[in-house]
Amino acid sequence: MTAKPNSAGDRLLEIRGLRIEGQSEDRWHQIVKGVDLDLNRGEVLGLIGESGAGKSTIGLAAMGYARPGCRISAGSVKFDGLELVGLAEAKKRTLWGSRISYVAQSAAASFNPAHRLIEQFSEVPLEHKVMGADEAKTRAIDLFRRLRLPNPETIGMRYPHQVSGGQLQRAMTAMAMSCTPDLIIFDEPTTALDVTTQIEVLAAIKNIVRQFNTAAIYITHDLAVVAQMADRIMVLRYGETVEEAPTAEMLAHPKQAYTRTLWAVRSLHKPEEPADDMLLRVEGVEASYGNSIKVLDGIDLAVPRGRTVALVGESGSGKSTLARVITGLLPPSKGQVLFEGKPLPPALKQRSKDMLRRMQMIYQMPDTALNPRRRVRDIIGRPLRHYLGLRGAVQEKRIVELLEMIELDHRFIDRLPGELSGGQKQRVCIARALAAKPDLIICDEVTSALDQIVAEGILKLLLRLQKELNVSYLYITHDLATVKAIADWIVVMHQGRIVQQGPKQAVLTPPHHAYTELLLSSVPEMDPAWLDGVLARRGAAGGGAPAEASAAS
Amino acid sequence: MSPILKTVLQRLGLGLITLFAVSIIIFATIEMLPGDFAKAILGQSATPDTVAAFQKRLGLDRPPVERYLNWIGGVAQGDFGVSFAGLGGLGGGQETTVVSLVAPRLANTLFLAGLTAIVAVPLALILGMLAALYRNSFYDRIVNMVTLTSISVPEFFVAYILMLLLAVPHVVFDSPPFYALAKINFDMPFTERVMRSALPVMTLVLVIVAHMMRMTRAAIINLLSSPFIEMARLKGVSPRRIIYRHALPNAWAPIATVIALNLAYLVVGVVVVEVVFVYPGIGQLMVDAVSSRNIPVVQACALIFAATYILLNLIADIVSIVTNPRLLHPR
Repeated sequence: MTAKPNSAGDRLLEIRGLRIEGQSEDRWHQIVKGVDLDLNRGEVLGLIGESGAGKSTIGLAAMGYARPGCRISAGSVKFDGLELVGLAEAKKRTLWGSRISYVAQSAAASFNPAHRLIEQFSEVPLEHKVMGADEAKTRAIDLFRRLRLPNPETIGMRYPHQVSGGQLQRAMTAMAMSCTPDLIIFDEPTTALDVTTQIEVLAAIKNIVRQFNTAAIYITHDLAVVAQMADRIMVLRYGETVEEAPTAEMLAHPKQAYTRTLWAVRSLHKPEEPADDMLLRVEGVEASYGNSIKVLDGIDLAVPRGRTVALVGESGSGKSTLARVITGLLPPSKGQVLFEGKPLPPALKQRSKDMLRRMQMIYQMPDTALNPRRRVRDIIGRPLRHYLGLRGAVQEKRIVELLEMIELDHRFIDRLPGELSGGQKQRVCIARALAAKPDLIICDEVTSALDQIVAEGILKLLLRLQKELNVSYLYITHDLATVKAIADWIVVMHQGRIVQQGPKQAVLTPPHHAYTELLLSSVPEMDPAWLDGVLARRGAAGGGAPAEASAAS
Repeated sequence: MSPILKTVLQRLGLGLITLFAVSIIIFATIEMLPGDFAKAILGQSATPDTVAAFQKRLGLDRPPVERYLNWIGGVAQGDFGVSFAGLGGLGGGQETTVVSLVAPRLANTLFLAGLTAIVAVPLALILGMLAALYRNSFYDRIVNMVTLTSISVPEFFVAYILMLLLAVPHVVFDSPPFYALAKINFDMPFTERVMRSALPVMTLVLVIVAHMMRMTRAAIINLLSSPFIEMARLKGVSPRRIIYRHALPNAWAPIATVIALNLAYLVVGVVVVEVVFVYPGIGQLMVDAVSSRNIPVVQACALIFAATYILLNLIADIVSIVTNPRLLHPR
């Protein structure tokens, strides 16, 4: 555990002219087109860009690894003087895990569900024969403690499914640290986490990388996150370097136009509008799954016509359950839902077809919400036929109109979902919802799986459609930047209850409810000193508050 | 463990209900078979009076529901009734219980099935894991080709080929070590029984290894694109260890199902192989019983077959539960 020497000239990784090709439909095309990259010992480099920019591919290539279907076609990757391109896999294996390690985006998918955490941790030092089983266990407990995991002595005996997402991500960081590597690749480690959990994981990673003076490549699409973690930032687009500079300089004076557009994404802001024509009312709703604990308790809210109500909270706060109650998928145990002042039948089966038509949903994952075997024509055509009885040429004409509304060319009508980008898929989902001519659309985290620039496009589209069609949105999200962008009214949920609600400005202006404050203060800002600042303030306010708040949920 | 035990007991209860339902189907099906046992035994020349007396003696004159209840009541107490065979001579025949007929045959069948399983299951798992490890290699293609061939070729053909090669003098061996006919009984010493059963075992191994091996390979390869496999690779874990340590433990459920189906086949479906090698198993007994309209024996065999399927599937279910940590170690 000795700190490694850290001098500016101590080069650890040197990538020159890296070209990587990917295979699709029997043709090889370039994903990474000649990237140079240098990393010194103990330094953290942030790689940033939209999806498809080649960030993860470059990160993995820094280990000498290319995913199946990809190949390093040219260039050199020198790790500590050793050329990794073309090196035999068995030789690379001796480096992987021991001197270069990897932290994946989804810890839940990257831990083997069949083994205990401690077994998966110990596998690394045991396979590399750098420790015995007992020593590895002691090391694990030490790292679990440093990463502030609860019960560091016993948490290793748990299986991955028994541990929360944020804890798993920290356990994976511990695993990456097991052999004290020289370099760790962090591949979007907090993208899948709530803001309140993200801040803890960020703090833990930053802390441990500093303690061991480990060099790191930190991959993300979130600028504010990379601003906290990196000494230097590299912006990528279409597999090429756009620009590269030390963090403070990059944030203050981005040189390239593309970088500035990345910076500007968070500026979308819609002024709130008052309303009194209430379309949907939820009154005193309680709900539970089976006979177990209540998931929703005393929910009262109203959605005005032509306005957006944002439902905010961490995962597990009951947001999606409320959507299920409103749509009739989960009848409430108490309370009622009123549509235009008339009570809705609690269960889906009792509702009329017209009632169903007026309320539509858009989901978080457009990938799983679209049938991969149906063409866009069938996907959008089905609600047209089902609810409005449109057929043949009339239906075709309407589909093209809907495609225009979502800013897609009419030629998309024959595409399969697999031939669309993430943003385009989400647009098709929006068109499918619009096809029914609904009064209310429930949007469940519709932008959280998308890049910022793509997400911004979707949000702008939703706002435009609202203006044109006077449709109401119930917008479920954990991302407060999105809320600022599109909401008129904000409802904050925590553990199945509403803790605060009001017009956007009122909720976002202090004084807040304590939980709203925690959510708001956890959103990373574009200031490199933000993370340390927040942690210091919270520490002063009464140690470990964020950890407990999220552990309780 | 208690939720697991509860699930197992539930499944066991369900299995018994299924078995009960199957017993009704078996009985009803046999009722519907054309022809009359009494006439078949006594011949065309029997007078109606003789036939009636014979039916009365066997209880065949009673209504079906009553006969069913008698039968199933006896079965529940381990009494499968009396064999019809040998009752032909009016009043003179010796009564043989079904149990005394079926039990030794069942023991032989279980012996053959057990022997085959001991060879075939580990062999299939190892071949499957190796095929997954060296997928798309020369080895993988050869194994795939051989197993596909052995699935496609009828089993009696495999049996005769093996017999020709390994048991007929002056083909491969001048004095072959194997027996062409597998007439065994439980008075023989164990090793002799094994030697005499060698050819049927080999035939059956060839027939069932293919399915199990291909499922093992498919289930493992299916998992190899999972993020946790990539993670294991990037931890520096060797390919061999990735297969048996990271993929296999997550692949047990589909593999166990296929193994259970194949083991069930070993008990209920090997009549062709039994006939070829003159092996005294339960399949032959059932076929003989059907042709001689020995109804109690047919019913007993059918019930045993059903129970085998239900039990093995139950075991496969338990394996999938026990190998899934989400079920074994709830939150």
